[in-house]
Amino acid sequence: MSGFTTTVRAGSRTRRARQRSGSIARVVVLGAIAIAFISPIVFMIVTSLKTRADATAIPPSWIPNPISLQAFASILAPGTATPVLQWFANSMVAAALNATLVVITASLAAYPLARMQFRGKNFVFVIIVATLLVPPVILVIPNYLIVSELGWLNSLVAIIIPTAASAFGVFFMRQFFVGLPVELEEAARLDGANRFVIFTQVVLPLAKPALATLALLAFLGNWNDFLWPVYVLFSPEVQTLPAGLSTLQSANAVRYDLLMAGAVVASVPVLALFIFLQRFIIEGVSRSGVKG
Amino acid sequence: MSTKVGERALPAGRARRPSASQPESQKNRGVRAGNRQQGIATPWLFLAPYLLLFGSFVVLPAVLGVWISLHSWDYTLPNKPFVGLDNYAALFSPGSTVSGPFWGSMRATAIFTVLSVPLLLIVPLAVALLMSKKFPGRDFLRAIYFAPYVLGVAVISVLWRYLLDNNIGLVNHYLGLLGLPDDTAWTTTTPAAWVALVGVTVWWTLGFNAVIYLAGLQDIPVELYEAARVDGAGPWMQFLHVTIPGLRPILSFITIITLLASANMFGQSYLMTQGGPGRETRTAIYQIADTGLRNFQMGSAAAMSYVLTVFLMAISAFVFYIFREKQPRKLEKEVRS
Repeated sequence: MSGFTTTVRAGSRTRRARQRSGSIARVVVLGAIAIAFISPIVFMIVTSLKTRADATAIPPSWIPNPISLQAFASILAPGTATPVLQWFANSMVAAALNATLVVITASLAAYPLARMQFRGKNFVFVIIVATLLVPPVILVIPNYLIVSELGWLNSLVAIIIPTAASAFGVFFMRQFFVGLPVELEEAARLDGANRFVIFTQVVLPLAKPALATLALLAFLGNWNDFLWPVYVLFSPEVQTLPAGLSTLQSANAVRYDLLMAGAVVASVPVLALFIFLQRFIIEGVSRSGVKG
Repeated sequence: MSTKVGERALPAGRARRPSASQPESQKNRGVRAGNRQQGIATPWLFLAPYLLLFGSFVVLPAVLGVWISLHSWDYTLPNKPFVGLDNYAALFSPGSTVSGPFWGSMRATAIFTVLSVPLLLIVPLAVALLMSKKFPGRDFLRAIYFAPYVLGVAVISVLWRYLLDNNIGLVNHYLGLLGLPDDTAWTTTTPAAWVALVGVTVWWTLGFNAVIYLAGLQDIPVELYEAARVDGAGPWMQFLHVTIPGLRPILSFITIITLLASANMFGQSYLMTQGGPGRETRTAIYQIADTGLRNFQMGSAAAMSYVLTVFLMAISAFVFYIFREKQPRKLEKEVRS
């Protein structure tokens, strides 16, 4: 530090030195928080690779010795009362279909709200946005009855369709469409294209980043949803991973090797999405905040 | 320069998008040109798929819930007699079988909200302020803080119940190494269970709030800080008079979503403490879901959900009132002058 300051002979020497040490302190503090933040996730993965005895050994070790796939083998084995592989498949299907539904219905609905003038537009938009502030809890009980009437109880359809009515999605896509320049759409209109053609051929290709972001957020939301699946899916074979983890925990209260292996299975797809597409996810979240 | 600053002072990332720099008249022309070639049915055809879902699973249940709450609605029984406001009256009569557990759960939700919301507003802001200047590795750190949030509540709860296990958990082990008590029963005694639930929730969602703050901080024009420095304002004065007013819209947004998220807490309690010890950490959502969907007392559960909703709406309205617009205009004026 002092070596650095002596080389700076300008009058701003002390100020620069302060800035420099300030930024070092900043990196140290932020780095310490980062280690605290990542280590539980690391320990989850480490434990999933331990033997049963090693997982509860004191003192706890950060390196599995020996590295064992026993926990994964045992939870992924077919024919158990906790079919983790089946849950994984269920979660994949539910989250993928739900995200697809959200993206299609929200972008279709957002387009006229952004670009057309029609009677009732403001009413529809205000009602949709108002539901963003309605606590979801008041919908849970009546939706259970509606889903039951439709014959969807204890079936994946209950996880895919009702939650696809995403007010956030409509709001998010409308904000994006409003921000697009209208010239291309006007040009297409002069060429005689109808609204639907303009929407699919001109607008949607421009909206790819927003569509990807919305799809990711919807996928994550559905993949991680907990309360609704816990109560709506009661047979083990139809559950999604979060509801399944709850079942796994009741079945194996202190078999932490198995629980951590289950948690890793539930985390791998979302962590992978996050690592490769974090720009979309983080920007999507920050943009949702700046909706002003 | 003044127009540029004015634009950036606009709320929302909109200013960065191309349309914001277009004159308003051009946009209007586009809209009018659209009207000429658009049938009356066109917008509704676009809206139809969404409105079908929205009507069936948002509007209908919101209305149906009121209807259910006026009945003695046991899902498993054929008769669901109309009982008027009895379900509500029972919640408000001390000594009824439902009022004790319900208000106990409201208390748990209140405790969790009061403990978690301030932390979730202040700590992420501090982190965002530390990250607001560019430095190597910033995006990497931001990703690490955000990472727990992409894991679901089920994963983080199962994980932390292990880390907080009072015999073999990592947390007690390291507390012991630091010479602190190493036998705290984090999930089965209060107040330790509250510390655990709040701490885990802060770990889980800090990154989410920090990312929103960070975006807000980057929208505050650098010129405002320069002007404040010229006027002799130190870091603290700059924070009070530039950062906080500049963050006002973001602050109100974060406060509302954090409040609602905390008041809707369910998974952490369900998986980490099972609502215990006793019913102490059983939150309102937990109580409503269990009453309605385990014991099938749906009329009573629906009534509870509306009582909770009234509380939440009142609190949201209060937050909007506190953060109502007055500062941003002043801020704009400062920029213009």
